[in-house]
Amino acid sequence: MNTMITPQIAIFLILAAVTVAGAVSLILQRHPIHSALSLIVVMVALAGLYLLQGAEFVAAVQIIVYAGAIMVLFIFVIMLLNAGEEERTNVSRLARFVGVPLGIVFLLEVAYWIGRATAHLGTAPPEMVSTRDLSSLLFREYVFPFELTSFLILIALLGALVLARREESN
Amino acid sequence: MVPTSYFLVLSAILFGLGVIAFIFKRNILTIFMSIELMLNAVNLAFVSFSRLLGQLQGQVFVFFVIVVAAAEAAVGLAIIILIHRNRGTLNVEKVDSLKD
Repeated sequence: MNTMITPQIAIFLILAAVTVAGAVSLILQRHPIHSALSLIVVMVALAGLYLLQGAEFVAAVQIIVYAGAIMVLFIFVIMLLNAGEEERTNVSRLARFVGVPLGIVFLLEVAYWIGRATAHLGTAPPEMVSTRDLSSLLFREYVFPFELTSFLILIALLGALVLARREESN
Repeated sequence: MVPTSYFLVLSAILFGLGVIAFIFKRNILTIFMSIELMLNAVNLAFVSFSRLLGQLQGQVFVFFVIVVAAAEAAVGLAIIILIHRNRGTLNVEKVDSLKD
Protein backbone atom coordinates (compact mmCIF):
# COMPACT_ATOMS: atom_id res chain seq x y z
CA MET A 1 0.00 0.00 0.00
CA ASN A 2 1.47 3.36 -0.93
CA THR A 3 1.52 5.97 1.77
CA MET A 4 1.17 8.92 -0.56
CA ILE A 5 -1.24 11.57 0.68
CA THR A 6 -3.79 12.09 -2.06
CA PRO A 7 -6.40 14.88 -1.76
CA GLN A 8 -9.03 12.29 -0.83
CA ILE A 9 -6.92 10.95 2.01
CA ALA A 10 -6.22 14.48 3.21
CA ILE A 11 -9.96 15.23 3.26
CA PHE A 12 -10.58 11.92 5.04
CA LEU A 13 -7.97 12.72 7.70
CA ILE A 14 -9.43 16.18 8.32
CA LEU A 15 -12.99 14.85 8.59
CA ALA A 16 -11.88 11.93 10.77
CA ALA A 17 -10.05 14.33 13.11
CA VAL A 18 -13.18 16.52 13.35
CA THR A 19 -15.33 13.44 14.05
CA VAL A 20 -13.08 12.06 16.78
CA ALA A 21 -12.64 15.53 18.32
CA GLY A 22 -16.43 15.94 18.42
CA ALA A 23 -16.88 12.53 20.05
CA VAL A 24 -14.19 13.27 22.67
CA SER A 25 -15.79 16.65 23.30
CA LEU A 26 -19.14 14.89 23.84
CA ILE A 27 -17.51 12.91 26.64
CA LEU A 28 -15.62 15.80 28.22
CA GLN A 29 -18.34 18.46 28.21
CA ARG A 30 -20.31 18.74 31.43
CA HIS A 31 -23.35 20.59 30.11
CA PRO A 32 -25.75 18.48 28.01
CA ILE A 33 -26.30 21.28 25.48
CA HIS A 34 -22.56 21.36 24.75
CA SER A 35 -22.59 17.58 24.33
CA ALA A 36 -25.51 17.89 21.90
CA LEU A 37 -23.66 20.51 19.84
CA SER A 38 -20.57 18.26 19.75
CA LEU A 39 -22.74 15.42 18.50
CA ILE A 40 -24.06 17.66 15.71
CA VAL A 41 -20.44 18.36 14.69
CA VAL A 42 -19.82 14.58 14.58
CA MET A 43 -22.90 14.03 12.42
CA VAL A 44 -22.05 16.77 9.92
CA ALA A 45 -18.48 15.45 9.59
CA LEU A 46 -19.88 11.93 9.07
CA ALA A 47 -22.08 13.30 6.29
CA GLY A 48 -18.89 14.60 4.68
CA LEU A 49 -17.38 11.12 4.97
CA TYR A 50 -20.45 9.63 3.27
CA LEU A 51 -20.01 12.15 0.45
CA LEU A 52 -16.39 11.08 0.17
CA GLN A 53 -17.61 7.53 -0.37
CA GLY A 54 -20.04 8.57 -3.07
CA ALA A 55 -23.16 8.05 -0.98
CA GLU A 56 -24.78 11.43 -1.60
CA PHE A 57 -28.30 10.48 -0.63
CA VAL A 58 -27.20 8.97 2.68
CA ALA A 59 -25.24 12.16 3.37
CA ALA A 60 -28.31 14.30 2.68
CA VAL A 61 -30.48 12.08 4.88
CA GLN A 62 -27.84 12.21 7.61
CA ILE A 63 -27.96 16.01 7.63
CA ILE A 64 -31.74 16.30 7.31
CA VAL A 65 -32.88 13.55 9.67
CA TYR A 66 -30.03 13.20 12.17
CA ALA A 67 -28.60 16.69 12.48
CA GLY A 68 -31.90 18.32 11.58
CA ALA A 69 -34.68 16.37 13.23
CA ILE A 70 -33.27 14.09 15.92
CA MET A 71 -30.82 16.58 17.37
CA VAL A 72 -33.44 19.34 17.34
CA LEU A 73 -35.61 16.97 19.38
CA PHE A 74 -32.72 16.46 21.81
CA ILE A 75 -32.04 20.18 22.17
CA PHE A 76 -35.77 20.82 22.55
CA VAL A 77 -35.92 18.37 25.47
CA ILE A 78 -32.76 19.81 27.04
CA MET A 79 -34.29 23.28 26.88
CA LEU A 80 -37.67 22.03 28.09
CA LEU A 81 -36.24 20.27 31.13
CA ASN A 82 -33.79 23.11 31.76
CA ALA A 83 -31.08 20.49 32.21
CA GLY A 84 -28.16 21.89 34.15
CA GLU A 85 -24.56 20.85 34.46
CA GLU A 86 -23.81 17.28 35.27
CA GLU A 87 -22.90 16.82 38.91
CA ARG A 88 -19.35 15.72 39.49
CA THR A 89 -19.53 12.28 41.01
CA ASN A 90 -16.79 10.75 43.03
CA VAL A 91 -15.40 8.13 40.70
CA SER A 92 -13.38 5.66 42.72
CA ARG A 93 -9.60 5.96 42.47
CA LEU A 94 -9.34 2.49 40.95
CA ALA A 95 -11.75 3.47 38.16
CA ARG A 96 -9.92 6.72 37.47
CA PHE A 97 -6.35 5.45 37.41
CA VAL A 98 -6.86 1.92 36.10
CA GLY A 99 -10.19 1.90 34.34
CA VAL A 100 -9.74 4.95 32.12
CA PRO A 101 -6.28 4.02 30.74
CA LEU A 102 -7.37 0.42 30.30
CA GLY A 103 -10.44 1.56 28.40
CA ILE A 104 -8.38 3.78 26.11
CA VAL A 105 -5.80 1.03 25.50
CA PHE A 106 -8.55 -1.47 24.74
CA LEU A 107 -10.17 0.98 22.31
CA LEU A 108 -6.91 1.63 20.47
CA GLU A 109 -6.11 -2.06 20.35
CA VAL A 110 -9.47 -2.94 18.84
CA ALA A 111 -9.03 -0.16 16.26
CA TYR A 112 -5.50 -1.36 15.48
CA TRP A 113 -6.53 -4.96 14.96
CA ILE A 114 -9.50 -4.02 12.82
CA GLY A 115 -7.10 -1.96 10.71
CA ARG A 116 -4.65 -4.86 10.47
CA ALA A 117 -7.33 -7.39 9.65
CA THR A 118 -8.99 -5.29 6.95
CA ALA A 119 -5.86 -3.78 5.38
CA HIS A 120 -5.91 -6.34 2.57
CA LEU A 121 -9.34 -5.10 1.42
CA GLY A 122 -7.68 -2.21 -0.37
CA THR A 123 -9.64 0.63 -1.89
CA ALA A 124 -13.16 0.40 -3.17
CA PRO A 125 -13.79 0.32 -6.92
CA PRO A 126 -14.26 3.84 -8.21
CA GLU A 127 -17.71 3.48 -9.75
CA MET A 128 -20.35 5.70 -8.25
CA VAL A 129 -23.69 4.49 -6.96
CA SER A 130 -26.63 6.46 -8.21
CA THR A 131 -29.57 7.56 -6.12
CA ARG A 132 -31.81 6.12 -8.83
CA ASP A 133 -30.47 2.59 -8.23
CA LEU A 134 -30.81 3.09 -4.51
CA SER A 135 -34.44 4.17 -4.76
CA SER A 136 -35.38 1.34 -7.10
CA LEU A 137 -33.82 -1.13 -4.66
CA LEU A 138 -35.61 0.49 -1.73
CA PHE A 139 -39.01 0.62 -3.40
CA ARG A 140 -38.89 -2.73 -5.22
CA GLU A 141 -36.96 -5.29 -3.23
CA TYR A 142 -37.26 -3.68 0.20
CA VAL A 143 -40.72 -2.17 -0.14
CA PHE A 144 -42.25 -4.35 2.59
CA PRO A 145 -39.63 -3.46 5.25
CA PHE A 146 -39.97 0.15 4.11
CA GLU A 147 -43.71 0.10 4.74
CA LEU A 148 -43.11 -1.57 8.10
CA THR A 149 -40.85 1.29 9.16
CA SER A 150 -43.73 3.70 8.59
CA PHE A 151 -45.80 1.65 11.04
CA LEU A 152 -42.86 1.73 13.44
CA ILE A 153 -42.72 5.52 13.23
CA LEU A 154 -46.49 5.74 13.75
CA ILE A 155 -46.36 3.51 16.84
CA ALA A 156 -43.38 5.44 18.21
CA LEU A 157 -45.31 8.66 17.71
CA LEU A 158 -48.33 7.29 19.58
CA GLY A 159 -46.10 5.91 22.33
CA ALA A 160 -44.32 9.23 22.79
CA LEU A 161 -47.65 11.04 22.89
CA VAL A 162 -49.14 8.66 25.47
CA LEU A 163 -46.01 8.68 27.64
CA ALA A 164 -45.47 12.42 27.72
CA ARG A 165 -49.14 13.33 28.20
CA ARG A 166 -49.98 14.97 31.49
CA GLU A 167 -52.72 13.13 33.29
CA GLU A 168 -55.71 15.35 33.98
CA SER A 169 -57.65 13.26 36.49
CA ASN A 170 -56.45 13.82 40.07
CA MET B 1 -9.09 6.74 -3.09
CA VAL B 2 -9.17 6.13 0.63
CA PRO B 3 -8.64 2.52 1.70
CA THR B 4 -11.70 0.92 3.27
CA SER B 5 -9.78 -0.07 6.38
CA TYR B 6 -9.36 3.62 7.29
CA PHE B 7 -13.13 4.02 7.45
CA LEU B 8 -13.49 0.83 9.48
CA VAL B 9 -10.85 1.97 11.98
CA LEU B 10 -12.63 5.32 12.33
CA SER B 11 -15.91 3.48 12.82
CA ALA B 12 -14.36 1.31 15.56
CA ILE B 13 -12.91 4.37 17.31
CA LEU B 14 -16.27 6.17 17.20
CA PHE B 15 -18.09 3.11 18.53
CA GLY B 16 -15.56 2.77 21.36
CA LEU B 17 -15.92 6.44 22.25
CA GLY B 18 -19.68 5.93 22.30
CA VAL B 19 -19.30 3.00 24.72
CA ILE B 20 -16.97 5.07 26.92
CA ALA B 21 -19.47 7.95 26.94
CA PHE B 22 -22.28 5.51 27.75
CA ILE B 23 -20.37 4.21 30.76
CA PHE B 24 -18.91 7.44 32.10
CA LYS B 25 -21.71 9.96 31.68
CA ARG B 26 -24.17 10.51 34.48
CA ASN B 27 -26.79 12.60 32.69
CA ILE B 28 -29.46 10.44 31.10
CA LEU B 29 -29.69 12.78 28.08
CA THR B 30 -25.98 12.44 27.37
CA ILE B 31 -26.19 8.67 27.72
CA PHE B 32 -28.91 8.75 25.10
CA MET B 33 -26.68 10.84 22.83
CA SER B 34 -23.87 8.29 23.17
CA ILE B 35 -26.26 5.63 21.87
CA GLU B 36 -26.83 7.82 18.82
CA LEU B 37 -23.05 8.10 18.42
CA MET B 38 -22.72 4.30 18.39
CA LEU B 39 -25.49 4.01 15.79
CA ASN B 40 -23.65 6.54 13.65
CA ALA B 41 -20.43 4.53 13.89
CA VAL B 42 -22.30 1.44 12.70
CA ASN B 43 -23.78 3.43 9.80
CA LEU B 44 -20.29 4.45 8.72
CA ALA B 45 -19.23 0.79 8.62
CA PHE B 46 -22.37 -0.09 6.64
CA VAL B 47 -21.66 2.57 4.03
CA SER B 48 -17.98 1.55 3.77
CA PHE B 49 -18.82 -2.10 3.16
CA SER B 50 -21.57 -1.14 0.73
CA ARG B 51 -19.00 0.85 -1.24
CA LEU B 52 -16.37 -1.88 -1.04
CA LEU B 53 -18.66 -4.66 -2.22
CA GLY B 54 -20.44 -2.49 -4.78
CA GLN B 55 -23.82 -3.45 -3.32
CA LEU B 56 -26.46 -0.95 -2.33
CA GLN B 57 -28.08 -3.06 0.39
CA GLY B 58 -25.76 -1.51 2.97
CA GLN B 59 -27.12 1.94 2.26
CA VAL B 60 -30.70 0.66 2.48
CA PHE B 61 -29.86 -0.70 5.92
CA VAL B 62 -28.49 2.70 6.89
CA PHE B 63 -31.92 4.17 6.18
CA PHE B 64 -33.56 1.58 8.37
CA VAL B 65 -31.07 2.28 11.16
CA ILE B 66 -31.84 5.99 10.89
CA VAL B 67 -35.58 5.30 11.07
CA VAL B 68 -35.15 3.09 14.13
CA ALA B 69 -32.96 5.78 15.73
CA ALA B 70 -35.66 8.38 15.12
CA ALA B 71 -38.34 6.17 16.67
CA GLU B 72 -36.04 5.37 19.58
CA ALA B 73 -35.30 9.06 20.14
CA ALA B 74 -39.01 9.94 20.20
CA VAL B 75 -39.94 7.24 22.73
CA GLY B 76 -36.75 7.60 24.78
CA LEU B 77 -37.10 11.35 25.14
CA ALA B 78 -40.72 10.92 26.22
CA ILE B 79 -39.51 8.50 28.91
CA ILE B 80 -36.83 11.02 29.95
CA ILE B 81 -39.48 13.74 30.30
CA LEU B 82 -41.52 11.33 32.42
CA ILE B 83 -38.55 10.50 34.66
CA HIS B 84 -37.82 14.20 35.13
CA ARG B 85 -41.46 14.90 35.96
CA ASN B 86 -41.71 12.08 38.51
CA ARG B 87 -38.30 12.38 40.14
CA GLY B 88 -37.04 15.87 39.37
CA THR B 89 -33.59 14.68 38.36
CA LEU B 90 -31.74 13.56 35.25
CA ASN B 91 -28.90 11.89 37.13
CA VAL B 92 -29.00 8.16 36.50
CA GLU B 93 -27.42 7.44 39.88
CA LYS B 94 -30.47 8.89 41.60
CA VAL B 95 -32.90 6.78 39.58
CA ASP B 96 -32.31 3.57 41.52
CA SER B 97 -35.63 2.56 43.01
CA LEU B 98 -35.28 -0.95 41.59
CA LYS B 99 -32.19 -1.40 43.78
CA ASP B 100 -34.06 -1.19 47.07
